[in-house]
Amino acid sequence: MEGAELAGKILSTWLTLVLGLILLPSAFGVSLGISEIYMKILVKTLEWATIRIEKGVPKESVLKNSASVGIIQRDESPMEKGLSGLRGRDFELSDVFYFSKKGLEAIVEDEVTQRFSSEELVSWNLLTRTNINFQYISLRLTMVWVLGVIVRYCVLLPLRVTLAFIGISLLVIGTTLVGQLPDGSLKNWLSELVHLTCCRICVRALSGTIHYHNKQYRPQKGGICVANHTSPIDVLILTTDGCYAMVGQVHGGLMGIIQRAMVKACPHVWFERSEMKDRHLVTKRLKEHIADKKKLPILIFPEGTCINNTSVMMFKKGSFEIGGTIHPVAIKYNPQFGDAFWNSSKYNMVSYLLRMMTSWAIVCDVWYMPPMSREEGEDAVQFANRVKSAIAVQGGLTELPWDGGLKRAKVKDTFKEEQQKNYSKMIVGNGSL
Amino acid sequence: MGSRGSHAARIPDADSIRRETGFSQASLLRLYHRFRALDRNKKGYLSRMDLQQIGALAVNPLGDRIIDSFFPDGNLRVDFPGFVRVLAHFRPVDDDDSSMRDPKEPEPLNSRMNKLRFAFQLYDLDRDGKISRHEMLQVLRLMVGVQVTEEQLESIADRTVQEADEDGDGAVSFLEFTKEMLWCPACIFSLGCAGVVCSQHMGVNCTEGFHLCFQ
Repeated sequence: MEGAELAGKILSTWLTLVLGLILLPSAFGVSLGISEIYMKILVKTLEWATIRIEKGVPKESVLKNSASVGIIQRDESPMEKGLSGLRGRDFELSDVFYFSKKGLEAIVEDEVTQRFSSEELVSWNLLTRTNINFQYISLRLTMVWVLGVIVRYCVLLPLRVTLAFIGISLLVIGTTLVGQLPDGSLKNWLSELVHLTCCRICVRALSGTIHYHNKQYRPQKGGICVANHTSPIDVLILTTDGCYAMVGQVHGGLMGIIQRAMVKACPHVWFERSEMKDRHLVTKRLKEHIADKKKLPILIFPEGTCINNTSVMMFKKGSFEIGGTIHPVAIKYNPQFGDAFWNSSKYNMVSYLLRMMTSWAIVCDVWYMPPMSREEGEDAVQFANRVKSAIAVQGGLTELPWDGGLKRAKVKDTFKEEQQKNYSKMIVGNGSL
Repeated sequence: MGSRGSHAARIPDADSIRRETGFSQASLLRLYHRFRALDRNKKGYLSRMDLQQIGALAVNPLGDRIIDSFFPDGNLRVDFPGFVRVLAHFRPVDDDDSSMRDPKEPEPLNSRMNKLRFAFQLYDLDRDGKISRHEMLQVLRLMVGVQVTEEQLESIADRTVQEADEDGDGAVSFLEFTKEMLWCPACIFSLGCAGVVCSQHMGVNCTEGFHLCFQ
């Protein structure tokens, strides 16, 4: 009995603390500054750890400064230069060198596969999962690491799981309740409140520190918000600062419950799996949504898949054919405190969330950008590329023309034909037969 | 567990591979990770299909020939040592090789001769030691696709074989092939690789350019 009473007391104090220090401030959008203090301590500890490592490790083993340095230094000269096309040249036996070198470069390291593994860190952040290249340094460092493990798994994890649980339940209950009300401004205001509070709670559940820049460009009603995709948490990060209408497939299970509850309070656009295949239907519904100026802006991730936040891949043109104003948003995570990238082939959703909740924190920057619309004479693909460049520049990411779906599908033959065309022009087109 | 991150122990036969290929420890480790990343089903070896799934390789006109070089003698699998052995051909030439090397030791994989052998076997489809006119045509066809007519291609192949063929047997042997390659007028000053390649030729007629700068 004693044990049960004690456990009960601990649980109730725990819950009151959580309520007082986290839930109530979230509801009012106020911050108590606890996470800032936590972050400061964290930064100091990591700096100390980095200095220890740099002292202890001989020079060659330390990785270079550029975090996404590759295994090889690539020779990016175009085909003409690589084949010494300064004069109109004929076929030479050594032409095969150029193609085989390019081929071997691709085998050693290709741009696409690289983007689907987590970014390598320059210095260790005391998480085993990022510890690829570091060796044993000193006892003190190991002790700090052990302390870190204890803190993360025994203190932070239960707290975060509790918060997540509370957050999701509040969301479901809140939206269902609000859904009972008749349509009107009260309903909208309440639904916004519920959404924002629950999102803030969930962000605290991940110890998220988010910096929003250029809030004056926040997406307005009747527009489309477009962002680069790194993980499912992107949605959480954006909705903490404003309400959006989401677009997606209807799922089963817990996600399905959340989806159904959310749609009661404000109109999101959920599609059945069969409807997703019909592009016209999808475009029609989205057009209807944005035509209604009172409805919330739609949130779309045009890459279609999660990329590892070092680059932006091809934007699918479908979202840019709908019309309306596009509000681009760039999201950049700081990998020092926790890697937010979801490698869906490596981790399923549950283990991903677990990894998130046992990282130090999720720190990211969100830049809102001025709205863009399609110009005269510009087709959807060009417009998509323009928006993509803008986002890449703002977020400090590199730009790649490849399709993120390449990680699953084979590449088209048109690219190969292009190379063959270039080469043929060189050896035949110059009339030097 | 622990902060022990040195994974060289996980690479089987790391020392002998290093001696054979000349890769540094760090490069070997990264290549091992690359091997594991390409081996999607965690089989421990790579099959043709694993390499074919690399996008940039699939669009390379010589992609299939390059993949073939990893699977000599009809093998269907390539393990990590085999993988690294092929890549070792592309290490930059060690400049001190000819004079100071111990003649009893086998030639390093990245020597000029071995690089040329690698290039030769890209052409020599049936591995008989000679590039016939037919084989030349096939490789040319791979590189140009459907952009060039059969007649044009045949005349290019004929011209190339005639220029290279010294003993008149209608095919290009390895020796004749090397004579075509090693002559590089701008390359009298042999430059080692410090990211610098023969600035005039950038890879043509010059094995200096036939390397990747592993860092």
